[in-house]
Amino acid sequence: MAKPKALILTGYGINCDEETRFSFEIAGAHATIIHINDIIENKSLLNSYQIFAFPGGFSYGDDTGSGKALANKIKYNLYEEMMSFINRDTLMIGICNGFQVMVNLGIVPALTQPIGNVEVSLEHNTTFRFQCRWVDLRINLHSNCVFTKGIDTLHIPVAHGEGNFVASQHIIDTLSKNNQIVMHYIKPDGTLAQGQFPYNPNGSMMDIAAICDTTGRIMGMMPHPERHIYFMQRDDWTYLRELSKRQQKEIPQYGEGLQIFKNAVEYYK
Amino acid sequence: MELARYRIEIYYTIPDSRGTVLQQKLQRLGFPVSKCIRTDNYLINIPLNDSQIEKVARALVQPVTQNYTINKPYAPSDFRYVVEIGYLPGVTDNVAHTTREIIEDTFKIQCDPEKCVFTSSTYFFWGELKIDAIHEISLELYNPLIQRSLILSYDEYIKNGGMGNAIPVVTLHEDTKAEVVSLDVPEDELIALGREGIKNPDGSRRGPLALDMLSLEAIKKYYRDIEKRNPTDVELESIAQTWSEHCKHTIFAAQLDNIHDGIFKHYIKEATLRIRREKGKHDICVSVFSDNAGGIEFDDDYVIADKVETHNSPSALDPFGGAITGIVGVNRDAIGFGLGSKPVANRYGFCFANPFDTKPLYKSKDPNSKMLSPRRIMEGVIHGVNVGGNCSGIPTPQGFVYFDDRYKGKPLVFVGTVGLIPKKIKGKSSVHKKAMPGDNIVMVGGRVGRDGIHGATFSSEALTSGSPATAVQIGDPITQKKFSDAIVKEARDLGLYHSITDNGAGGLSCSVSEMAREAGGFIVYLEKVPLKYPGLAPWQIWLSESQERMTLSVPDETLEDFINLMKRRGVEAWVIGKFTDSGRGIVYYNGEIVFNIDLHFLHEGLPQKTLTSTYTPKSHPYHEFDDPENITEHFIAMVKRLNTASFEFISTQYDHEVQGNSVIKPLQGKGKVNGNATVIRPLLQSTKGVVFSQGLYPSYSDIDTYWMAACSIDTAIRNAVATGCDLDKLALLDNFCWCDSTNPYRLGQLKEAARACYDFAVAYKTPFISGKDSMFNDFKGYDEHFNEVFISVPPTLLISSIGVVSDIAYCQTLDFKNAGDYIYILGITRDELGGSEYLAYMGETLSGERYIGNTVPHVDTIMNTKVYRVIEKALRAGLIASSVSIERGGIALAIAKSAMGGLLGAHIDLQAIPQENIYRNDTLLFSESQGRILVSIAPENKTQFEKLCKDIPFANIGQVTDNSLIRINALNGNEIVSVSVIDLHSAYKSTFSEF
Repeated sequence: MAKPKALILTGYGINCDEETRFSFEIAGAHATIIHINDIIENKSLLNSYQIFAFPGGFSYGDDTGSGKALANKIKYNLYEEMMSFINRDTLMIGICNGFQVMVNLGIVPALTQPIGNVEVSLEHNTTFRFQCRWVDLRINLHSNCVFTKGIDTLHIPVAHGEGNFVASQHIIDTLSKNNQIVMHYIKPDGTLAQGQFPYNPNGSMMDIAAICDTTGRIMGMMPHPERHIYFMQRDDWTYLRELSKRQQKEIPQYGEGLQIFKNAVEYYK
Repeated sequence: MELARYRIEIYYTIPDSRGTVLQQKLQRLGFPVSKCIRTDNYLINIPLNDSQIEKVARALVQPVTQNYTINKPYAPSDFRYVVEIGYLPGVTDNVAHTTREIIEDTFKIQCDPEKCVFTSSTYFFWGELKIDAIHEISLELYNPLIQRSLILSYDEYIKNGGMGNAIPVVTLHEDTKAEVVSLDVPEDELIALGREGIKNPDGSRRGPLALDMLSLEAIKKYYRDIEKRNPTDVELESIAQTWSEHCKHTIFAAQLDNIHDGIFKHYIKEATLRIRREKGKHDICVSVFSDNAGGIEFDDDYVIADKVETHNSPSALDPFGGAITGIVGVNRDAIGFGLGSKPVANRYGFCFANPFDTKPLYKSKDPNSKMLSPRRIMEGVIHGVNVGGNCSGIPTPQGFVYFDDRYKGKPLVFVGTVGLIPKKIKGKSSVHKKAMPGDNIVMVGGRVGRDGIHGATFSSEALTSGSPATAVQIGDPITQKKFSDAIVKEARDLGLYHSITDNGAGGLSCSVSEMAREAGGFIVYLEKVPLKYPGLAPWQIWLSESQERMTLSVPDETLEDFINLMKRRGVEAWVIGKFTDSGRGIVYYNGEIVFNIDLHFLHEGLPQKTLTSTYTPKSHPYHEFDDPENITEHFIAMVKRLNTASFEFISTQYDHEVQGNSVIKPLQGKGKVNGNATVIRPLLQSTKGVVFSQGLYPSYSDIDTYWMAACSIDTAIRNAVATGCDLDKLALLDNFCWCDSTNPYRLGQLKEAARACYDFAVAYKTPFISGKDSMFNDFKGYDEHFNEVFISVPPTLLISSIGVVSDIAYCQTLDFKNAGDYIYILGITRDELGGSEYLAYMGETLSGERYIGNTVPHVDTIMNTKVYRVIEKALRAGLIASSVSIERGGIALAIAKSAMGGLLGAHIDLQAIPQENIYRNDTLLFSESQGRILVSIAPENKTQFEKLCKDIPFANIGQVTDNSLIRINALNGNEIVSVSVIDLHSAYKSTFSEF
């Protein structure tokens, strides 16, 4: 079967587009970076893609609150097309700033119909400081999320100033019940971070790092899987290499984040 | 002040971490703040109706956690004081710009970018606060040079009905004509003209031209003999910019004693020429000293460019603005390299005074002229690079902080950017560019205001009370990100332009005249330059340093495509003139010629200065103290010095993972210890890497600047080699930050440092590819008792290294990996404690003042080269389990870092260390002898590793242990250090724990 086509959005301060495209390509997709203005100019472009990615970055410099301005631009220029894209059998992923944009568009968690209501928030980190560090994540095995199939834990970096997941108790309960909470921050020993810094780097309620919509086809996540495609991107690779050498094990080539993108490609097989 | 129609206040309905973090900080600083709440305010002066403004408010609010009011104060109950911070007229307000775009997107309208939207933040405080305290608190929140504050008590706030709708619109009512400046004036008037600037009609002066008599006489002669008229103000200001120390490096170009061609040509450039000649076909240089950055070969298809800038003076006045402008500005050096390289990494380096020093400095005898405290400067600078780097999507892996009280008057802020560019684009070299006669001069990016006028001439002067506040600008990384992507990722590869350069110091006046050297001349129409607000005089438009602008030369054939592409990418671009081959630069303003100069005179007319220097290395008193019987306490104290402690809080707030290119990270091992080199992989599909490091030893300058420079070069190289780079693939960058550079002694120190640059670069065959100097880092003012002080930074030379790693799999980190591994030291330890961190520590501990000493480390390049070759081979063979270059703090710090990195113990025997004539344990542990590397080796690799080492001094000095203790045996066999790695680690991390 032909490679699925992934559209990687760019423009206005999005900045993780190239590595996101690279990740999809390594995973076996045909990925293209397209400027938002080119989509607005030619809206039917969306029709030929199966996967849409909102990459990380600083759209509009996070001014007025992360993700808001880009969400507003989409809302007033591309909303219907975005909705009809979602209504097809498509996949959508938002990473970091992309997650923030999706939240502000109401694409995730999208608990009520019609979708488009802002139901959760990604607030300033409780440290009120940008945090770039590697975190450990546990995947909710009961989630129907397409992107995390077959993954139980992930070691990937976060890099954000506003990733503190906040929602009402009611929404949190619903997300839990629906298994829409896809990833939790955990300690290296595998137990929940329980809000403890730096394991939970931002203060997120219930250590939430990623959520999906009810269909499992749309996921938003704060950490960056596209930054751990190769083994030698990880923070502890020189240590693990040494360990492998002494145990005469093979040194891996790929990294843990790659499976997220492979799962997207796999969905179309 | 004008009033806005609408004021939207956004407040949190849940606890806001911004308020909490601020309250905790203020409490730490001693203010009894019990609670703090912040609101974000948008002042909107657009004729919208009620439902429209509601729609705007809804676009600005996060409905889950926030709510808003419109034209109604938020008014929380019973607070003590409220402080509102907004910008002064004309200061870049990025959030306001985004808000305007939101409004334009929503209603499909166009609004005036400078008049419609303004933002402010309001802080409500609770607690037993007096008015004095709230004034002090407000100074923590804002900088009077760029912002305004309004403080109200609760009662005043209620009476006033909130904070009001005043907006800082720029209103200028100045004459906007060019003027003729007469040079036929008495000598004292001419001196005043050079020093204080052109006279305004009211008798005040515009600010320094920084032209000395020699230059003024040359200008006078040119106008009298050649032009046969007096210059216009546009011309004179422009010449002053072009000839400034900042742009022309007049001191490095001056005849210094018997060095007729100047120390830059004689030492720095000549070193590179010689190395390139000697390396022949192994030459790595592609473009040196001629472009915005220097370039070396990355692989067969790509070039890597590097540039390190300083932004010291602006950062002293507005640390945040100065630093963000610095980093975003040096990004443009990468974007302006060749036809445009893509920024792939940032570097930083900060020299600060002790941030815990609370004694104030004053610019004048006026108590209101207080300088920002070292802590404020440090926080602001760190934050500026944070926002600039992170928002631009450029990783910032490599950097350092260094502390010395002599940076209290002026901090040093080094910022660098590395770019990647294909060697060929459309079949032509991308590194060489040429603006052609007939090409259109196109300016892209932001509009022009009065920002940064006199920036270049200002930084050529010492910081005194006359420094203009207009020298401060605020960067806008998103505007730049937009054109950076549009140019480097699209227009460049479509071949839409012939040449490109950055608009930095001197603004258009410098960028256009620089590019005109390629074409041969230019004509510019100043009225075509887009302004932020009316009222700018032609000289201001020509010289403005408004940020985020580049100048390109675009031929007629591709002009339409270029302009269209920019438009589609949300980038503003304007044609402002044409390049010509007339040999002259001509500028019109509303039909009148305001500038008409021979370009050769503009570029080459600056008379060479003649300077003389005197130099004798200083000898310092010898302070005798006993070799401590137990060194444990000193060992712990030495890992938590300002200059050795963890600066993890900086590393983790700078995104070093973006672009996915990070290989060797700023924090290494389980213990997250700051390494001294980092590696990136700029092309994800390639296994080649690029290593960055640096060397900097200002304390050695107190003894001998020759060896200071030698050690800086050796360290920059050694750090890179220890991490995995081949010596043959390394290049260097120099940044001289000197002081009082008209003083013959300082010039003597400078000459010695430059001479060492030649000697050691040549010895290691590591060429200089780019550099920048900043010669007057002095502060003239008053101390806390209003006694006059003159504080000069210690002569500071930053040597940055950049090199290509042939396979990133050869790279290694500093952390011990496994108990049982053998610890080796390579290289010889000598009695070289002069200028060391240990002597400074001992002096401060024993006498309250640092000791300096005299035995500054020397550099043996022949021996060191052998050591570095061994490391290269051993890393390639995969024999090394951890590797760290020994620098500040000596062997002790290297052992501590490797142990803390691996969270493993070590048992060391000082007797085993290869050394010369050392009888003291502390000297062995803390001497900063160059050329040494500490590695750990798995037992099974021992024989093979030792075989590689047979021609160099080396020794197995101990073993990695899993008992989590660092134990060191003295020369007499006694145990003199025994410390738990966990305790050491928490000491290491404690120093900056409140930042």
